[in-house]
Amino acid sequence: MAETKFIEIEVFRYNPETGLEPRFQTYKVPFTDDMSVLQGLQYIKDELDGSLTFRWSCRMAICGSCGKMVNGIPHLSCKTFLRDYYPNKVRVEPLTHFPVERDLCIDQSDFLRKLESVKPYVIPREERSLAQGEYVQTPAQMQEYYQYSQCINCLLCYAACPQYGLNKSFTGPAALALLHRYNADSRDGGREQRMELVNAEEGVWGCTYVGYCSQVCPKQVDPAHAINQNKSASALDYFMRFVMPRGGE
Amino acid sequence: MATRKPYIRSMDGWWRRDPFFVRYMIREASSFFVAAYALVLLWGLWALERGHNAYDAWLEALRHPLMVLFHLVALAFVSYHAYTWWKVAPKTMPTVRLGGREISQAQISAGGWAAWAVASVAVLVLVGWGTR
Repeated sequence: MAETKFIEIEVFRYNPETGLEPRFQTYKVPFTDDMSVLQGLQYIKDELDGSLTFRWSCRMAICGSCGKMVNGIPHLSCKTFLRDYYPNKVRVEPLTHFPVERDLCIDQSDFLRKLESVKPYVIPREERSLAQGEYVQTPAQMQEYYQYSQCINCLLCYAACPQYGLNKSFTGPAALALLHRYNADSRDGGREQRMELVNAEEGVWGCTYVGYCSQVCPKQVDPAHAINQNKSASALDYFMRFVMPRGGE
Repeated sequence: MATRKPYIRSMDGWWRRDPFFVRYMIREASSFFVAAYALVLLWGLWALERGHNAYDAWLEALRHPLMVLFHLVALAFVSYHAYTWWKVAPKTMPTVRLGGREISQAQISAGGWAAWAVASVAVLVLVGWGTR
C-alpha cells in the first residue's frame, strides 16, 4: 500500500466574538490525488477542528458557494486540487474585497443588492396571453446571451476586481454580465430601464478594464467582455439622445 | 446569539498581490509615454509650421542624448501599449460572426498584431526610402 501523503493547509481564521485580529492556522491533512481543497477543509472540520467555518454545497462547480482565495487567487475550492500544490503549503483565505463574517465566510449582501438592481429577469418585450403561447427564440438568438447566462454567482470575479475592492459603489463584473445577458435576450424589452444603470458612474464606467474577472471565472462567462462592449453601447446611448430625444414618441 | 463584527481587509499594495495586476499597472503607466511622445510630435508639427529654422532646431533637440534615451524608453512602453491594446481589443466589441461562425478573441488579437506589424514595416520602408 502506498504511503499516506500529508499536505499543510494554512487557513485564515477570524472569530468576531473574540475581538482578536485574524490569524493563520496550519493543519496537516492526509490527502489522495483526487482530493479537492474543499475536501481538505472538510477533513479539517470533521477530524481536526470543528470550529472552522466555510460555505459549500454541491461539490461539483455548479452551486457557486465554495469560492475561496487559494494561494491568493480566487478559485472554486471544489474545482481546485490539493495535488497541484503538493509538496508546498496551500493557503486558503476568504474571497478578498468582501467583509469577513467568520473564518472563510464572507458577507455577500452587497452583491445581492447589486444583482437585484440590474433587474436580472426577462421583462417581456410584448405582453402575451397564455393562449398566445410561449415566447419563441431561434438558436442564433439564444447564442447572443447564452455564455452570460452561465454565471453561478460565485463572486470569484468580484474577488478578482480591484476596482470593486477600491470602490464599493461599482456594480461589479457578475451583476453587469447578467445585466448584459438580459439586454441581449431577444424576448426582453427592459433595455431602456437597465441602460440607466449601465450609463451611471457605478455602471460600466466604474470598470477600468483590469480584465482579471474573465480570467478567474470558472464558467467562461467573460464578464470583462460584457462590460466593455457596453461601454460602446453606453457611449452610443449618450450621443443618440441628441439625435433622437427621449420621450418624443 | 452570535455577534456580528465583519472584518474589512485593507487594499494597501493591492497591485503587487498578483503579476496580473502588475502587468495592468505597467499598461496604465505606458499611457503616459504614449501621451508624451504625442506631445513631442506636436512640438515638431508646431516647429514645422513656424519655418525652416524652428524645424531644424527641433531636429537638433531630438539628437540630444537625453532625447534619444527618452525615445528608447518611449518605444518600449508604446510597443507594450500597442501589444496589450490588441490583446484587450476583442472584449471591447460585440462578438464577431462571419457566415455563422464565431471569430475567436485570439483571432481578433492576432489580426491586430499582424496589422500592427505590417504598418510598422511599411513606415520603416517609407522612411528608409524617403531619407535615401
